[in-house]
Amino acid sequence: MNVRQNKLVSLAALGLVGGLALSACGGSDAGESGGSDAGGAASGGYAELTGNLAGSGASSAQNAQTAWSESFMGLTQAEGGDLTVTYDPTGSGTGREQFLSGQVQFAGTDAALDEEELASSAEVCNDSQAFDLPIYISPIAVVFNIEGVDSLNLTPEVIAGIFAGDITNWNDPAIAESNPDADLPDLDIVPVHRSDDSGTTENFTEYLSENAPDAWTHGPVETWPIDGGQSGDGTSGMISTVEGGNGTIGYADASQAGNLGTAAIQVGEEFVEYSADAAAKAVDVSPREEGREENDIVVELDRTTTEEGVYPIVLVSYLALCGSYADSAQGEAVKAYASYIVSSEGQQAAAEAAGSAPISDELSSEAQTAIDAITVG
Amino acid sequence: MSTADTAPEKERSAPDTMSSGGRRAGDSVFSVLSIGSGLLIFVTLAAVAIFLTTESIPAITASREFSGTAEFSLVEYTLPLVFGTVLASAIALLIAIPVSVGIALFISHFAPRRMASGLGYMIDLLAAVPSVVYGLWGGVWLVPKLEPLYVFLNTYFGWIPLFAGEPTAPMRNLASASVVLAVMVLPIITAVSREVFLQTPRLQEEAALALGATRWETIRTVVLPFGRGGVVAASMLGLGRALGETMAVLMILAPGATFSLHILEVGRHNSIAANIASKSAEASGVDMSLLIFTGLVLFVLTFVINAIARWIVARSGPKS
Repeated sequence: MNVRQNKLVSLAALGLVGGLALSACGGSDAGESGGSDAGGAASGGYAELTGNLAGSGASSAQNAQTAWSESFMGLTQAEGGDLTVTYDPTGSGTGREQFLSGQVQFAGTDAALDEEELASSAEVCNDSQAFDLPIYISPIAVVFNIEGVDSLNLTPEVIAGIFAGDITNWNDPAIAESNPDADLPDLDIVPVHRSDDSGTTENFTEYLSENAPDAWTHGPVETWPIDGGQSGDGTSGMISTVEGGNGTIGYADASQAGNLGTAAIQVGEEFVEYSADAAAKAVDVSPREEGREENDIVVELDRTTTEEGVYPIVLVSYLALCGSYADSAQGEAVKAYASYIVSSEGQQAAAEAAGSAPISDELSSEAQTAIDAITVG
Repeated sequence: MSTADTAPEKERSAPDTMSSGGRRAGDSVFSVLSIGSGLLIFVTLAAVAIFLTTESIPAITASREFSGTAEFSLVEYTLPLVFGTVLASAIALLIAIPVSVGIALFISHFAPRRMASGLGYMIDLLAAVPSVVYGLWGGVWLVPKLEPLYVFLNTYFGWIPLFAGEPTAPMRNLASASVVLAVMVLPIITAVSREVFLQTPRLQEEAALALGATRWETIRTVVLPFGRGGVVAASMLGLGRALGETMAVLMILAPGATFSLHILEVGRHNSIAANIASKSAEASGVDMSLLIFTGLVLFVLTFVINAIARWIVARSGPKS
C-alpha cells in the first residue's frame, strides 16, 4: 500500500518536473531532452524510446521486475517516450529457452547461461554472444517461531542437522551450545520446507551442503529431497506454515519474514544477522566464475567465507542480455532498461518493492560498462 | 454430446413439416448456430485431449517404464498423486453427502416456503465463492480451529488407521483439505438434490401420509427412493469438482507422496491438480511433460467417474 502510494507520488512528481522543464524550454527544442531527467537515472534520452520490450524468466525476481518495468515506463512516459516493458515469470529454464529462441529480448534467470547456451546465442544475438549481469540479490533468512524465544544463534551444522531431521528437539545440547543466554524449551522441532521447486531451496541447500557436508548429505537441490514433513507453497505458504505452528523453523526471502524471529548464522567466529549490506557483501567477496568473457559477470558465491559481516545465504538472480541487437529501437530500449535496473535508483526501487539487497556501487558500474558495450543496429 | 447428434436429424426432417412455406432464413441460421455450438464442444474437448496426449509423450517415452533406464518412473510419480486425489475427494464426499441431503430435505419438505427460498439462495451463493477464497479461509482460519479436534481424534481414536500417526501443528493435512473440499461441493450436491426431492410425485407423498406414515416415514419410503438416482448424480458432480480442485488444496495441504492412510499426518498426500499448480511455474522440458501426463491421468479419471455416475443414474432411473 505504502510503496504503491510512494510510487504514484514519485510518478506524479516526475510528470510535474517534466512538464515544467518542457514549458521552460519554450520554443527551442534543441537537444535538451535528457536535461529534464529529475531522477538522475544512468542515461537520459528516454523520449526516443518506443515499442515493446518483452522479458521472461525467474519468478524469484518477479516483484523487482514489476517495480522496474513500472517505474521505467513511468520515466519514459514522463519524457514523452512510448515504451512497454513486460516480464513474464515463466521460470528460469523457460526464460532462457525463450531468450535463446528470440521470443523475448531479455531473460531473468537464477542460474547464469551455461557454455552451451552462450555458444548458441550468436544466432539470435546478431552474431554476438549473450552475457549475464547480477541484478537481484535476495538474502534468505532462517525464520523460526518458538514461544518465548526471540533470537537464536545457529551454526551451519545445527541448521543442517535440523533440516535433515537429526536434531529433533529445541533443547538439544548442540543448539544450547551456541545460545548460552536463551531459555530453550523442551519442544519438538518442526522443520518446514518449500513444497514447490524453488531457487530459494536450491540456494539454501547449497549453503548447507558446502558448510556442513556431513550433516547435509542431499547436496544442493531445487526440489526438497526428504519425504514428508511440514511444507508450504511459495514464500507466503512457507511463512504462514511457520507462523501456524510452535517450534517451527523454515527459510524464506528475508523481506517476507514479517514478525517471525530470524536466526543469526555463524560465519567464521561470529554470528551474523541478515541485512541488505551483509547480503550484498556476500556477492562482493565472492570470486567471478572463471572462463567467462569480461562483460559476462557471473559470481561463484563463496558460501564458506569467514569474512566479517558477510551473510552467505543469498540468492542471486541474473539478467541475460544480447551483446548486440539487430533492431536498433529495441536495442536502445534494452540498454536504457538494463541501465536503469543496475543504477542505484533501480536497485533502490527493487529493495523497496521486493526487499532485495542493492548491488554495490562497484558492481553497478561494472555492469553499466558491460551494458554500454552493447552494439545496436 | 446429444445436441450434435440430434441437430442434423431435425434439419433433415424440417422440409417435411414446413413443406408449404419452404425454409425461412431464421431457421437455417439457427440450425447452423446450434450445430456449430454442438460441434464446438467436441472440438474443444478433442483439442484438450490431443494437447494432453502429445505433450505428455516425451515424459512417457523417457520414463523408466519405456526406456528402462531413466531415473524417474511414471507409475511411482503418478500413483501417489492419484491416491491422494481420490482419498481427499472421497472423504470430502463422505462429509458432504449426508449434510447436503439433510439441507436439501429441509428446504424441500420442512422449511416454511419463504425461508426455503432464502436458504436455497444462500446455498447457491456458496457455490459462487471462488476456490481461492475457500483456500484462504481454510488455511488461515479453519486449520487452527480444527487442531483440537484432530488431537482428540488422534488421542482417543488413534486405533482407527485413518486417525493414527503423529499430527503436528499447523494441521495442513489431508483431513483439513477434505473438510474445505466438502464445504465447496456442498452447494452443488444440495442444489441438485433439492430439485430432485421437489420432483417427488405429490400423490405418492399424500398417499403415504394418508396411510398413517409420519413425516420421516414419508421421506424414507417415498422421497429418498425417488431421489436416489438424483443424489448419486449430484454427488458425482460434486466429486468432479473435488477431484479437480486446485487452489484450495494447494493453499491448505503440505504435500508429500505416499500411500499413507493417516489423514491427520502432515506431508503425506498431494492432489494431481495442486501438484501441477505448484510445480509448473519452474518446470520445463521433461518435467513439464511429466506434469502434463498427470493432467492427462486426471482428465481420464474424471471421465471414468462421470461414466460410472451415468451408469448408476441410468440403472436406478427406471425404478422411480
